[in-house]
Amino acid sequence: MSQFDQFKLTFFEESDELLMDSSARASELDPESYDIEELHALFRAVHTIKAGAGAFKFTELAEFTHKFETFLDWLRDGKIALDEAGADLIVRGLDIVSDFMDAAKNEQTPDNAQAAEALVEIDAILNPDAAPAADAPEVDTEAGIFSEEDDAVGAPSAKIFRILFKPGRQLFQFANEPLLFIRELATFGELIVDVDESELPPLDKIEPEDSYLAWTFTLTTEKTSDDIAEVFEFVVDDATIEITEIGAASAPAGATEATESAEAAPEAASADAAAGAPAAKAAAGDKPQAADAGKKQGVTSIRVDLDRIDRLVNMVGELVITQAMITQQARDMAGDGRNQQQTMAEEELAAHTRELQDAVMAIRMQPVKSVFMRMPRLVRDLGRKLDKNVTLVMKGEQTEVDKTIVEELADPLTHMIRNSLDHGIEKPEDRVKAGKPEQAEIVLSAEHRHGKIVIQVTDDGRGIDRERVLSKAVEQGIVAEDANLSDEEIDNLIFAPGFSTAAEVTDVSGRGVGMDVVRRNIQNLGGRVIVQSTPGEGTRFMLTLPLTLAVLDGMVVAVGDQEYIIPLTSIIETVRPATKDIRRIDDNFDTFSMRGAYLRLLYLNRIFRVPGAIKDPSQGLVVVVDTETAGRVGVVVDELLGQQQVVIKSIDTNYQGVEGISGATILGSGRVSLILDLDGLAEMEAHPPVDDTPPASGSDPEPDPDPEPDPEPEIDPEPEAEPEPEMALEADYDVAPIVPSPNDTQTMGAEV
Amino acid sequence: MSKKVLAVDDSKTMRDMVNFTLSGAGFEVIEAEDGVQALQKLGNDKVDLIITDVNMPNMDGITLIRELRQNPTHKATPILVLTTESDDDKKNAGRSAGATGWVVKPFDPEKLIATVAKVCP
Repeated sequence: MSQFDQFKLTFFEESDELLMDSSARASELDPESYDIEELHALFRAVHTIKAGAGAFKFTELAEFTHKFETFLDWLRDGKIALDEAGADLIVRGLDIVSDFMDAAKNEQTPDNAQAAEALVEIDAILNPDAAPAADAPEVDTEAGIFSEEDDAVGAPSAKIFRILFKPGRQLFQFANEPLLFIRELATFGELIVDVDESELPPLDKIEPEDSYLAWTFTLTTEKTSDDIAEVFEFVVDDATIEITEIGAASAPAGATEATESAEAAPEAASADAAAGAPAAKAAAGDKPQAADAGKKQGVTSIRVDLDRIDRLVNMVGELVITQAMITQQARDMAGDGRNQQQTMAEEELAAHTRELQDAVMAIRMQPVKSVFMRMPRLVRDLGRKLDKNVTLVMKGEQTEVDKTIVEELADPLTHMIRNSLDHGIEKPEDRVKAGKPEQAEIVLSAEHRHGKIVIQVTDDGRGIDRERVLSKAVEQGIVAEDANLSDEEIDNLIFAPGFSTAAEVTDVSGRGVGMDVVRRNIQNLGGRVIVQSTPGEGTRFMLTLPLTLAVLDGMVVAVGDQEYIIPLTSIIETVRPATKDIRRIDDNFDTFSMRGAYLRLLYLNRIFRVPGAIKDPSQGLVVVVDTETAGRVGVVVDELLGQQQVVIKSIDTNYQGVEGISGATILGSGRVSLILDLDGLAEMEAHPPVDDTPPASGSDPEPDPDPEPDPEPEIDPEPEAEPEPEMALEADYDVAPIVPSPNDTQTMGAEV
Repeated sequence: MSKKVLAVDDSKTMRDMVNFTLSGAGFEVIEAEDGVQALQKLGNDKVDLIITDVNMPNMDGITLIRELRQNPTHKATPILVLTTESDDDKKNAGRSAGATGWVVKPFDPEKLIATVAKVCP
């Protein structure tokens, strides 16, 4: 890729950012009350894009941005007033610029119709009295010094010029240097210099910073008088300059220099040379050595193809696995062959591998800003459409997360904000009646929490109408009529597949696709989404996502002959409870008390039907974990096998989503291990599929006065009326087959 | 020792282009995104040339030039203003603030180097 293409990419990227930022600003622009700085910022953005467009010869874009910029300039100078139509024109103008940019990126011819229409409108505003004027955009016509020399070379006839140069007294205050003009003239041909020092005062009267000298030059050159004038272009207003042609030269005196310069000219015209050192060398003139120096400075970032990074990420992932294998095997050899040095080397290898991996992962991290910036436009447009008065407040836009996750966030966020606007936010008059400010507020925030990113969409609307949601859910057969659901469970029904409360389907939402798709998308990314709502006060969507899709710090636990990974970030502590602390609520629902709190127990051996596992928690271990949806729960395992950073292999891409499992990995032993999705598991416990085989473990059922609602068995042992397509992840590995069950939910079955 | 140039522009594209072009011509290029940052980066260190955009957030180029011309360290430093097309208003504003000359955006690299050679000994 040539340097010029690099610049172009920078330009595209910068313009994208500017456009996103601008369109957010433009959406918020309220003609009645706005900050003038907003208009300045918009002007600067369009101005910058115009400059780039000119540089890269995107003529249509340059023409459009030229007019657009003038329009914004007039607005910010107060020459014209901003009204609703003007604000709209800005938004549209930015869209058009965006279209032009897309066309430029794809090297297509842009569609000019919209631009032409907008230009007519802008012209009408700029020249209210005149007919659409020919304010010809002054796109770059300056071909640069060498192109002009090119012309000069075409007619090589030397002329003699007399040049009078009498600079103003303040010449030096602008840091102009007459010596440099003289040097430049000297490159044009044969130069004779006469200095006029008549104005020079006596020494004691001299102002050291003033200019007193004047010059008369006699120049024999092939250049034109315009070329000569250009030498003095910076001082022409403050100096007396007279250029007179006094005759033709008998011989082309300046030929040598002119030819030398001309050699550079053809290259100057080609795009590649735009970046080129040959041009630099020619122009630097008397210091050609300079062209080679100094290239090492100034480059602070490079652009790399995403595929290359992904290849790097994958390779490092494999390296991490290999490293784990080496460590594991060395450990298995324990005793004899192992010495301290080897152990140290292993530790160092582990540390370096880890560091390498962190470094590689960091390359993919990006702020969520790029996706957040799209939301103000959405809120503005939808707010108008629905006659709702809403502001969007954004927090934590700089929070970084893996690029893939950033990209995948756009749809879910759009859906959630739509949902808030359509269902949550009331009409202004209803808000006033409810004693709320007329203008509603949606807060979009991002933050890092426990090694995850948490994104929240909070509105101050009416909250979820639980009665309506429940009755609709019953009507649509999503829940049983006599189901006893908590408020939280009712709220989360909006994520159920096929659920919709909309009485009529609107443009905005209510087609029954939406929130269930949101949940699925988020789950596919290894994340969770929940909703919390307070009637009359508002609704909060909370989205929790991993920072990266590639690796995870995990605790390897043994259950029977299986090994599972529990994400380390979720683990609070590990205990072996005393028998007396374990309480049976009913056949399938155990709790244990830890320092006065009762935690629900999740038996992995039951959920995944692992034979030969320890059934009594007091004989095994309970890993206390934090979940987003169910608070703290205890996961019953046989033993802990150790911490390990694992490389996540997606089950989704290789098979399909499995409830309770967020992914798989290859352990140091070479075995495949499943990574537990604790929130999913906790939910399975709370909403288990029907089970007709109660688990075998038994102690006396002890009725609890205040049982958790709806405690049902957690396993669907034999999916009915559906063949069991057994599918091992890798034939050679010892893996539990994954069995899809009806209703789009999956359970794990183990071959017994 | 290579000459030092301070390039001030809020557009990364422009900074990149100035930087690359002048680095290639043997200059050491320092970048700043606006006038405030330019003054911070300069401090009391002398540079051989300053190239600045006019329209920038925080502190625009004209204000920057005025500030520099009042500073004994920078009062004699050549300053080029980056203007778009033949914007005479900006050229004049730059000139009356104390700019040495101007570079018309968009510029060919050769043009930039030629212009720089005109003001930077």
